Amino acid sequence: MFYREAGDFKTSYTADNQTFPIAFDRYGYFLVLLVGLGVVPFIINDYWANSILIPFLIYAIAAIGLNILTGYCGQVSLGTGGFMAVGAYTSYKLMTAFPWMDMVTITLLSGVMTAMVGLAFGLPSLRIKGFYLAVATLAAQFFLVWMFNKVPWFYNYSASGQISAPERTLFGYAVTGPNAESWVKYVFCFILVFVLAWAARNLTRGSIGRQWMAIRDMDIAAEIIGVNPMRAKLTAFAVSSFYVGIAGALLFTVYLGAVEVGEAYGILKSFLVLFMIIIGGLGSIFGSFIGAAFMVILPVVLRNVMSDGLGWDTALATHFEFAIVGALIMFFLIVEPHGLARLWSLAKEKLRRWPFPY
Amino acid sequence: MKKLATLVVAGAMAATPALADLVIPDLSYRTGPFAAGGIPFSDGYQDYFTLLNERDGGIGGVPVRVIECETAYNTERGVECYESTKGEGALVYQPLSTGITYQLIPRATADGIPLHTMGYGRTSAANGDVFSHVFNYPANYWDAASVIVNQLLEENDGDMSGQTIALLYHNSAYGREPIRTLETLSEMHGFNLSLIAVDSPGQEQGNQWLQIRRERPDYVVMWGWGVMNQVAIQEAINIRFPMENFIGNWWAGADHDVAQAGADAAGYRALNMNRLGDMPVFAEIQQHVIDAGLAAGDGTNLGAVLYTRGMYAAMLAAEAIRVAQEIHGVADITPAMMRDGMEALEMTNARMEELGMPGIGPEFAVSCEDHGGTGMAIMTQWNGSEWVTLTDFVAPDDSVTQPLVLEDSAQFAAENNITPQCTSS
Repeated sequence: MFYREAGDFKTSYTADNQTFPIAFDRYGYFLVLLVGLGVVPFIINDYWANSILIPFLIYAIAAIGLNILTGYCGQVSLGTGGFMAVGAYTSYKLMTAFPWMDMVTITLLSGVMTAMVGLAFGLPSLRIKGFYLAVATLAAQFFLVWMFNKVPWFYNYSASGQISAPERTLFGYAVTGPNAESWVKYVFCFILVFVLAWAARNLTRGSIGRQWMAIRDMDIAAEIIGVNPMRAKLTAFAVSSFYVGIAGALLFTVYLGAVEVGEAYGILKSFLVLFMIIIGGLGSIFGSFIGAAFMVILPVVLRNVMSDGLGWDTALATHFEFAIVGALIMFFLIVEPHGLARLWSLAKEKLRRWPFPY
Repeated sequence: MKKLATLVVAGAMAATPALADLVIPDLSYRTGPFAAGGIPFSDGYQDYFTLLNERDGGIGGVPVRVIECETAYNTERGVECYESTKGEGALVYQPLSTGITYQLIPRATADGIPLHTMGYGRTSAANGDVFSHVFNYPANYWDAASVIVNQLLEENDGDMSGQTIALLYHNSAYGREPIRTLETLSEMHGFNLSLIAVDSPGQEQGNQWLQIRRERPDYVVMWGWGVMNQVAIQEAINIRFPMENFIGNWWAGADHDVAQAGADAAGYRALNMNRLGDMPVFAEIQQHVIDAGLAAGDGTNLGAVLYTRGMYAAMLAAEAIRVAQEIHGVADITPAMMRDGMEALEMTNARMEELGMPGIGPEFAVSCEDHGGTGMAIMTQWNGSEWVTLTDFVAPDDSVTQPLVLEDSAQFAAENNITPQCTSS
């Protein structure tokens, strides 16, 4: 009834091409932004920030990054964890070497550094594709983790090889370190997510995004119609790594505060982000968000329901959590192999044709 | 079914707003590759508090409420557990994971909640001047490294020059902690140090033991945990490494580590920070906790190496609560009072005897500057069917570890702008 294009006249090319062509969606989007920035920071507590919202926002950035590479450009990558580690270690080195630097600069520079590393590891994609490329990026994952363990310069020669984020401020508010308020950390992540998701959306529907998708759909055909495969693939690697690097940096600086590379950025992290985009939906920015929500928030909710709500034994609850999340992943992929984003868009199609959907 | 019923009852009781109680979160891990060590420790930790509740009605008349939270030895879940339990008035955290400890040191310090990392965590936290809320008594990793070397020196008549010690370590913050001390000691005593890393969780150690077989070190010292220990011991047997020259630290010397290899592992030695064997307190736990159906686990771990250590940790926490109650004259203490209690803790043989665990640990006293205890440890040996205590408490070489502690904590203080808390005294 409310969810339809009828009556919403588009009078310019810009209006016709907007991301949310339906008024209901558009208002929903503004409402999310308003609540996210105008309400949540005032009511948020430590638990909600540190256990649910901040990890969700950070993983959403990582998922958008991997989605650009895998979902839009069709290059499978298993190196996400390693690239996140590059972001984290870059920001650690910057934070300790230049104490005056503010967090926005540090985070963006970490992204740039990761983009360069990603570019280097993207070179094999010019010759190999599919599973073979996955293996090459897997090598990046193991190499990077090994390197951060092996070279003491990266962790400032600390005894344990751990890196910990010192306190850094932005506009006088501590963003990192133990004294940072939850709402500051949340707002910092929220704004970064907003800017990055907005940029990603506009990149993917512009000329570069179309080149990526052309390469994904059929690289030979794309080359024939004039897409430069080297340029397209390498930009995809660079942009994707930029996002992933920022996510890795935030995971370390804002969320965890202290990191051990083998555990925080191991192969499991690569798989986690890959699962996020597969479940959320390949080639969809919105899918990256629901994928991240599914993999980050669902386990926490299950844990709270089972061990606090039902009073189950914690070990039993953990085993059940594995089983339930696994079963749900299978269920959603059987019902809709294109991910949750596709389910969402089908639902919207049906709503548009309400009350006579087909 | 009975267990489930008690859990439901316990859950229902926990859900109702309690009167005064002492909240102790137990960040345990009963799942994942490290569960073998996490389960007995957590059982011992919880059972001791249950014993105090059942037998004495709590500590100073206030019952203890233990909140268990599963971390699976994963740092992100550890943070979540911390955030979800700290609001309940948690008095002290005992994460049993060096990785989680590193996360919690700044957070807990900012929140004013003490952290007790007994024989693990950040070694330099022994310097209470810098780490106001972190305690790692009775011993730490650098003490352990030093004790092992002292023991080996004694066996070699004080001369180890030209010998080789291989350190087989879990490639994480935990395993890397002793490297600095061992390097210093190797320069001092002239032995060669070979570093061999095992990636977590440590089920694959073929290459590492091939290297050991090729290099033929005189001793292998292991910093392992979880499934890594069992695999390493099996691999050592496979290459016929002399087991009495294979020495684990105190996290690599539990019953389940050697049980699978059984008699083949006879001779394997490990350090321990607490004494083993039967103690009067076990009978009381059996009577008041396990027979009453209140045990945290299935009750089979009673008296096991890590069960004993978990119980020892709980005892040190309970004693600190008692000291805090005495200092402040309040029964329902706050985390800040708990910190004062931990800093004024003094363990004597008489007190340990009184508690039904004679000589379970060394005597030590905590002070504002020294949060680390004496660092003494005993050497134990697996004889094929049980752990045998070989030595009395052996002291570490403080002249080696103390400068390292000061150096590392000074670096931490500089990075984080910490002003020493004890300068006034």
